Amino acid sequence: MEKTVIKVTNLYKSFKLPTERAWGIKQALFNRLRGIKGFKRQKVLRGIDLEIKEGEFIGIVGKNGSGKSTLLKLLAKIYEPDKGSVEVNGRLVPFIELGVGFNPELTGRENIYMNGALLGFSNKEVDKMYKEIVEFAELEEFMDQKLKNYSSGMQVRLAFSIAIRANGDILLLDEVLAVGDEAFQRKCFAYFAKLKKEKKTVILVTHSMDSVQQFCSRAILVNDGKIEADGSPIEISQKYRELNFENGAQLSTEEKALVNQFIEVSGDAKVEKNKVLLNVHLKETAKMDDPAAVIRIYQEDGVMVYRWASDEKLKEPLDLSKKTTIKLELDNILPDGNFTVSVAVKSHDRASDYGTFNNITSFRINPRNAYIYDTFWKIPEKFSIKKGK
Amino acid sequence: MSVIAHKNTILLKELVKTDFKLRYQGSVLGYLWAVLRPLLMFAILYIVFAKVLRFGGDIPHYPVYLLVGTVLWSFFAECTGQGIHSIEQRGDLIRKINFPKYIVVVSATSTAVINLLINLCVVVVFALLNGVEISWSWLLVLPSVIELYVLALGISLLLGTINIKFKDIGSIWDVLLQAMFYAVPVIYPITMVTAVSPAIAGIILTNPIAQVIQDVRYNMITKETVISWGYTGIWWSLASILIVVVVMVLAVLYFRKKSPYFAEEV
Repeated sequence: MEKTVIKVTNLYKSFKLPTERAWGIKQALFNRLRGIKGFKRQKVLRGIDLEIKEGEFIGIVGKNGSGKSTLLKLLAKIYEPDKGSVEVNGRLVPFIELGVGFNPELTGRENIYMNGALLGFSNKEVDKMYKEIVEFAELEEFMDQKLKNYSSGMQVRLAFSIAIRANGDILLLDEVLAVGDEAFQRKCFAYFAKLKKEKKTVILVTHSMDSVQQFCSRAILVNDGKIEADGSPIEISQKYRELNFENGAQLSTEEKALVNQFIEVSGDAKVEKNKVLLNVHLKETAKMDDPAAVIRIYQEDGVMVYRWASDEKLKEPLDLSKKTTIKLELDNILPDGNFTVSVAVKSHDRASDYGTFNNITSFRINPRNAYIYDTFWKIPEKFSIKKGK
Repeated sequence: MSVIAHKNTILLKELVKTDFKLRYQGSVLGYLWAVLRPLLMFAILYIVFAKVLRFGGDIPHYPVYLLVGTVLWSFFAECTGQGIHSIEQRGDLIRKINFPKYIVVVSATSTAVINLLINLCVVVVFALLNGVEISWSWLLVLPSVIELYVLALGISLLLGTINIKFKDIGSIWDVLLQAMFYAVPVIYPITMVTAVSPAIAGIILTNPIAQVIQDVRYNMITKETVISWGYTGIWWSLASILIVVVVMVLAVLYFRKKSPYFAEEV
């Protein structure tokens, strides 16, 4: 049985939010005289229980304002809990933000030592890590330069190298993954993989479900100051996506007509287990000459994945003088993600353009796989292995 | 066992080093300013008060007397001035890393301590040039300086904490310092007050800053200095020590109560 390195029990935290400007003695006295408290309590965490074992790579996910960063700061003992406790066993290295305490007037070397001291490392310990940090940041030639002469990318690299090369037992990382250029990012990811292998305890707060699935051994979904779910990265990223879904993105849009001088268009989409059902309603508002409708489905990144043209598929011309509905039933072989539907109405000879309506409706396909590397879209394949002599 | 844990001394050292290095960076005379500033201030005061207004005519070694006063006063002013704003200024650190918060205050006041030590060397040179005789009583300067530092640190901790919430404190303290400069016998000899009103002189001498300045002058320059226990009596003179202790105790208690919440308030 691995030992518990972090134990959080019934953790509560709230903040005072000033309602009126209470910065200053005058205002404070005023408020007191009028019996106004001058602040209201914002409850951020409401009863968190969490146990983290040695060697776990934990991803904490949640929407903005869900309390995940507050939780991290409580783990790092930056904040004092209202109620409950946080026990930490081992040396915890927090990286709430990169380059805390960096001073532009100091050299790279001095900044490393300063940062090290802030994290509670002695000069001797920093001496030991120094070479690795500099190598990892690829900044060997710049260590005696002042930090202000570094490019922003170089500063970030230095900060990040200190972050992950510092020799702690538990590493706290808050949204620090998206730094540096691509090559450096790849290096960081490789290092994460190594940390995972070395069974270091890492706690990662992120919005990137890909990183969660790639590195974490366990994930936690924080919502509204509570732990909503705790489980495998796949499970949690799915839940996280669903959660985001409820607020904002829709499974299928309400019917909302789009109109121009020729035509009125609306549509709805529904995702069933194996089918995508699409209804497109069309009605002319002015006489069009031999109209043809083209329905397209686009992936989020703008790639068209489906096209249907009335004049290619139907034998008879489209009569839009009355409200007409085109019903499409598609096999759901689409990859995961968001899709939008657009409709263009043109004349049969494509000479006149009566109108193009982007995004008349949209739908979303949730991950249906247990494993991220297992793509849903199977490409028919043949393979063979040839052995050398 | 040391008062401060090892890893905290490292951080403290690192912060002090940085502060001190950065303060004089980019200036031609560099660290020399640490010495020059009080000397120049002294020169101005000397010309105005000793030469033009003829203060302290009968006091032996008056220039050194005046220098000691300015050096100690500027130490106190610098120490509290830096200390009060220190927590607010280091907000970026406090919000993101957990470390003992007092380090921020102590490190901010440390620059003033270093400056004081340098300035005291200047004072010694000045004193010797002026013909003051070396004596064992010079050693008694140390406890006085410590007393002054404890007072300054206490005020810094206390007001620095309040200053997070009420930013007015910093400005109020600046004005208060200005006023206090005249309530402490730095430029004028205390004898000018004793001649007019012994009661007021007694009150002035109860102020720990005045008591320290007079003690240092007494032990270092001339026994003709009026000092608080000689003037107000031994029991009454303990009041100034008591003030220092009370300020420090209050400061520590208040700071300990409030410092866990600095990260969210600063």
